[in-house]
Amino acid sequence: MMKVVLPELGQGIEKAIVSYWYFQAGERVNEKDDLVELTTDKATFNLPSPCSGTLSEIFFREGDTVNVGETLAVIEEE
Amino acid sequence: MEYKFFDLGLVDYKFAWDFQKEIHSRVKNNEFYAAVIFCQHYPVITATRNTDRNHILANQEELRKRKINIYEVERGGDVTYHGPGQLIIYPIVNLNCFKRDVHLFLRNLEGMAINILTEFGILGERLAGLTGVWVGGGKIASIGIAVKNWITFHGLAINIKQNDLENFSLIRPCGMDIMMTSMESVLSKEISIEDVKETLTRGWQYDESSLTGVGSRD
Repeated sequence: MMKVVLPELGQGIEKAIVSYWYFQAGERVNEKDDLVELTTDKATFNLPSPCSGTLSEIFFREGDTVNVGETLAVIEEE
Repeated sequence: MEYKFFDLGLVDYKFAWDFQKEIHSRVKNNEFYAAVIFCQHYPVITATRNTDRNHILANQEELRKRKINIYEVERGGDVTYHGPGQLIIYPIVNLNCFKRDVHLFLRNLEGMAINILTEFGILGERLAGLTGVWVGGGKIASIGIAVKNWITFHGLAINIKQNDLENFSLIRPCGMDIMMTSMESVLSKEISIEDVKETLTRGWQYDESSLTGVGSRD
């Protein structure tokens, strides 16, 4: 099981808004696929999938605010 | 450090959008680590996933009459307008080679716009909490970027010509009630877009702490 965590995006950025999930829970993802788009200030940031597997759980919906270090989703590795 | 420069001239938004993606993928493939695309767009409105459609004030009929298309794009920010008279600068920078800091990159883009304005005798400023560059309460440069694989795309629009401002009335720029201004409006004289571009190209430099786009204009 691999956690997808919101990484440090820059100094002073403590949170971001989930703007778009490229996959839904239950779908298969490949390592490096765009997994989720986050918005901060006037920037969008695409977080790639850290591994290949099944996106088993999503903890934040589009429009939700997530803090740096929080787990966005979990992927069951192959 | 060396950069690739591309000057597309006056082009359709879609063409420049596709071109950005192509350059982004070349940077990702390590052909080069940074590029700067200059262009001007035919009149166009770009929105984002976050755009409230009520921020587009003009109706379909009005937009059709003015031949203005709307594109939903992947950058940050809200709705904006682009048209001839604005210089568009798309820096495609691999932040893995510098500092992986989205906030710093945005501030550096603002810093570069302020530098270029200073070079032309205009005092641009940042407003707390609002990305972009302002002069006398009017917005002169708008910023919205996207970051994918820690490589940036989209970028900055500087209003240069006086006649490019009218179409901003079709939208609520950035979803706010703000006044737009341009370099020509501030200076009450003609400014050549080529001159701004040349000044930027000559002095272009990006490092961890700054993005300097100003060369000597002697």
